[in-house]
Amino acid sequence: MPLSLAIIVVVLPLVMFLFLGLVGVKMGRKITGVIGVLAMLVDTILAYGVALTYFFGSGQGQIVDGVRQAVVVANPAWLSFTDTLVVRMGVLVDPIAAMMLVVITTVSLMVHLYSLGYMSDHDGNAEKGFQRYYAFLALFTFSMLGLVVATNIFQIFVFFEMVGLSSYLLIGFYYSTPAANHANKKAFIVTRLADLFFLLGIMILSYYTKTFDFDQLVFGPTMSGSLETAQSAISTTGGATFMGCSVVAWALTFIFIGGAGKSAMYPLHIWLPDAMEGPTPVSALIHAATMVVAGVFLVARLFPLYVLVQGAMNVILVVGAFTAFYAAAIACTQSDIKRALAFSTISQIAFMMTSLAVSSNNNSLIEIHHGQGLGYMASMFHLFTHAMFKALLFLCAGAIIHAVHSNENSKMHGLHKFMPITSICFLIGCLAIAGIPPFAGFFSKDEILVAAYHRGLGWGLWMSMVACMTAFYMFRIYYLIFFWKKHEVHDEHHAPKDQPWTMTLPLIILAAISFVAGWVPFHDLVTWDGKALDTSIDYTVAGSSVAVALLGIGLATIMYRKENPLPERMANAMRGLWTASYKRFYMDELYQFITHKVIFQGICVPIAWFDRHIIDGFFNLLANATNSLSFGIRRLQSGSIQVYVYVYLIGALLLGALTMIFVLF
Amino acid sequence: MESLGNIILYFIVAIAIIAFSVLTVTTRKILRSATYLLFVLFATAIIYFQMDYQFLGAVQIAVYAGGILVLFVFAIMLTHKPGQDADVLASHRRWLGLSAALGGVALCGYGLFSYAGFIGKSIAGSSVDINMEKIGQFLLSTDKYGYLLPFEAISVLLLACIIGGVVIARRR
Amino acid sequence: MDLTLYMYLIPSLIMFGCGVYGFITRKNMIAIMISIELMLNSVDINFVLFNRYLFPGQMDGMFFSLFAIAIAAAETALALAIIINVFRIAKDVDINKITKLKF
Repeated sequence: MPLSLAIIVVVLPLVMFLFLGLVGVKMGRKITGVIGVLAMLVDTILAYGVALTYFFGSGQGQIVDGVRQAVVVANPAWLSFTDTLVVRMGVLVDPIAAMMLVVITTVSLMVHLYSLGYMSDHDGNAEKGFQRYYAFLALFTFSMLGLVVATNIFQIFVFFEMVGLSSYLLIGFYYSTPAANHANKKAFIVTRLADLFFLLGIMILSYYTKTFDFDQLVFGPTMSGSLETAQSAISTTGGATFMGCSVVAWALTFIFIGGAGKSAMYPLHIWLPDAMEGPTPVSALIHAATMVVAGVFLVARLFPLYVLVQGAMNVILVVGAFTAFYAAAIACTQSDIKRALAFSTISQIAFMMTSLAVSSNNNSLIEIHHGQGLGYMASMFHLFTHAMFKALLFLCAGAIIHAVHSNENSKMHGLHKFMPITSICFLIGCLAIAGIPPFAGFFSKDEILVAAYHRGLGWGLWMSMVACMTAFYMFRIYYLIFFWKKHEVHDEHHAPKDQPWTMTLPLIILAAISFVAGWVPFHDLVTWDGKALDTSIDYTVAGSSVAVALLGIGLATIMYRKENPLPERMANAMRGLWTASYKRFYMDELYQFITHKVIFQGICVPIAWFDRHIIDGFFNLLANATNSLSFGIRRLQSGSIQVYVYVYLIGALLLGALTMIFVLF
Repeated sequence: MESLGNIILYFIVAIAIIAFSVLTVTTRKILRSATYLLFVLFATAIIYFQMDYQFLGAVQIAVYAGGILVLFVFAIMLTHKPGQDADVLASHRRWLGLSAALGGVALCGYGLFSYAGFIGKSIAGSSVDINMEKIGQFLLSTDKYGYLLPFEAISVLLLACIIGGVVIARRR
Repeated sequence: MDLTLYMYLIPSLIMFGCGVYGFITRKNMIAIMISIELMLNSVDINFVLFNRYLFPGQMDGMFFSLFAIAIAAAETALALAIIINVFRIAKDVDINKITKLKF
C-alpha cells in the first residue's frame, strides 16, 4: 500500500465534514451517522494500511542503515510570501505521525460508532443536531490528522487552531445550556491565550533560523531526528540572547506554553475539567485521547531542539512533574466521574511531558545516551496506550451516564450487577492505567519510570508516588461506581442496563486494544532518531511500580469496596486538605479573582470608563454640539417667508445704519 | 406760497394715506382690507395729480384701483366665506412686525431729516407741462432719455404673465 | 406755508412701514399681497416725488412709476392666480399651513 494514501487519510474527514455539514440536513439523522461511521471506517483502514506499510512494509526505503526515515509524501507551497518565506502544507509520515494516524483514526472510529447510540434517546431516536455533531467530529478528525502529518511548524500552528476551534464547537454542542457555553468559551480563550505564545515562539524561532520546515530544524540528512541539524539550526541564531536567555530557549519555552495550553498543563489546565460539559464521546475523543496530547506531540516533534536547550526542557520537566501530582491529588476527591477522569487525563499527559523532559541533562552532548532516548520512546508509547484506555474509560463513563442520567457517583453505586460488560471494560481500563501487567499501561508507564530514574532518583520516586495515586483514584472511581452499596432502583422499567451494541462494541474493542497494546514493539518502531532502541524490562523498576500500583489499588479497595465510614473519617481528619482538593486547590477561584477582580475591575473597568466617558464623551460632545447647533440653525430655516423677510429687513436696516454711521458722518 | 386749497387737499390726502394704510393692515376682515387699500390708492392718485402728473394719476386709478383691486376682490371672493374673520394675532407675531416696521420707519426718518439737505425744498409756483404726446414720444424713443427698450421689455413681461396666468389658472 | 418734500415723504414712509408690518404679521396670503401693494405704492410715490422736486425737467421718476405699476399689475395677477390654485389644492390660504413643498 503506497504511503501517499496518507493524503487521502487526511483529506477524507474534511470531505466528510463538508458533505455532512452541507448535505446532512437534507438527509435523515440516522443515515448521516451511518455514513459518518462508514467513512471513518474506510479512513481507519487506510490509516492502518499506511502505518503498517511504513513500519513493516518493504520497498519504500524507510529503513536505511538501521535508521527509520521520515517520508514526505507531499509538500506543496501554500503561501509564498517571498522566495525564502514559504509556508507549505504537506503530509509527512514518520514514526510518531504514523502512530498518531493509528491512534486518531482508531479512537475517532470508536467514538463515531459509539455516538450512534450515545446521541440517541433510549428508544433509539437520534438527537437534534445529530448531523452537526457528526460534521464537527469529522472536522476535528481532519484537523488532528493534519496536525500530526505537518511538515512544518506553521502548518502545526494552523491545525492547532483548527483543533481548538472544533473542540470549541463540540464542547458547546448543547449550546442552549449556559454551562456548555461558559465551558467552550473558557476552553477557547485559555487555549487561544496559550496559542498566542506558540505563535510568538514560532515567529522568534523562524525569524532566527529562517525556516519553518522540520527537515531543516530537526531532521538530519537521513530524514530522522538529528541533533546535528538541531545544533546547526540553533547556531544560525548566532547566540542571540534576550534577558539573559538565548532566543532559542525563549522560542522553545513559548512553543511549550502553546502545547501546555492544549495539553492542559498547570496552570493552563483549568479549561479541561469544564470541557466535560460536551457530549461524553467528544470528551473521549478530544479531551482524553487526541487533542490534549497535541502539546506532547509538539514537544516530541521538536525533540532534538529541546534536548539541546536545557532551560526549556527544565521548564517542561518541572511543569510536567508538578502537574502530574497536582491533577492526581485533585482526582482523588472529585465526585463527578467525568471530572475525575479529566484530572486523571491531565495527570497522565503530565506523565508524558515529564517523560520527554527527563531526556535532557547535558547541554553540549551530541550523542544522546540510552535513558534519554528511552524517555522519548516511553512518552510516545504512553501516549498511544493512554489514548486507548482513557478513551475506553470515558466511553464507559458515557455509557454509565447514559444509563443513570447523572455525572455524580452518588447517583451510581453498585452498578456492577446492572451493567456487567461496562463494569468489566471499566475494570480493564483501570488496571491498564494503574499499570498492572499485562495491561498496556504497565509497559508504557514502566518505561517512563525507568527514564525518570535515569534522570535522577528524586524524579523517579516522585513519579512512582504519582503512579500510586493514579492506581488509588482510578479504583476509587471504579468502586464508587460499581460497588460501594446496592443500587437503588426506583422504577424497574428504567433500571440501568448495558447499552446497545453500538455503544458496547467500541468498549469491547478498546478493552481488547488496552489488553494487547503493551506488546507493540515501540522501542523498535518509534524512537526519536529512527534507530531501534535496545530495551529490556528493568525488573527493579517494574517490580516497584507494580508494587506501588497494588498499594494504591489495595488502599482503594479497603476504603471504597464496601460502604464504610472510613473515607468520611479520612476526609474529616484532613478536612482542609480534602476540601482544597475537592475545590481543585482553588485554581478556578484564583483565575476568577485574577480575571474579574484584577484584570476586569482593576484594569478593564477604568479603561472602559475612560473609553466611554472621555473618548466617547469627546466625540459625543462634538456630535451633540453639532446636533444642537444644527437644531438652532434649523429654526432659522423655518420655511416661513415672513421670518425670512423679517431677517432680511433687519439686515437691511443694520446695513443702512452702518452706512449712516460710516459714510455720511 | 401754496394755495390754501392745495394745503387742505394735502392734509386730507396725508391723513387718508396714514389712516387707511394702518387700517389696511390691521383690520381682521380681508374684504375691508382690500377696500381700505382702494382708498390708499385713490389718495396716492391725488398726490400724482398734485404733482402735475395727470397721466400717471390716471394710470394709477385705472390700473391699480380699477384693475388690481378688482382682481383682489375676485380672489377674496373665491377663497373666503362671507364674514370670515382672521384670527387675532399672536403677540409675538405682532411684536415682530411692529419692531421691523417701526425700526424701518425710525431709521429712514432719522436718515431723511438728519442728512438730506433737499428735504425742505418746495415746488410752490413751479409747474411742469407733461402731456400725452411728450410721454408717447419718450416711451417710443431711442434717443437720450428714451424708454423704448424698457417699454418693449415690459410688453414681453406682460405677455409672459398672461401666458403664465393662463397656464396656472387652467383646470387640468 | 409751503408743501415741502418731507411733508409728502412722511405719509409714504408710514405707508411703507404699514406694508412691512402687514407682510410680517398677516397669515392670509391675500392680505400679504395687499401689504406688498402698499409697499410698492409707497415706492411709486417716492419716485414721483423725487422726480418732481429735485429734477422737475425730466420724467425718469414718472416713467419708473409707470413701469412699476405695470409690473405690479402683472405680478399681482399672477400671484393671485397661484393663490387661487393653491387654495383649490390645499383648501386654505394660510401661509403657515401651506407646507407641502417645505423641506
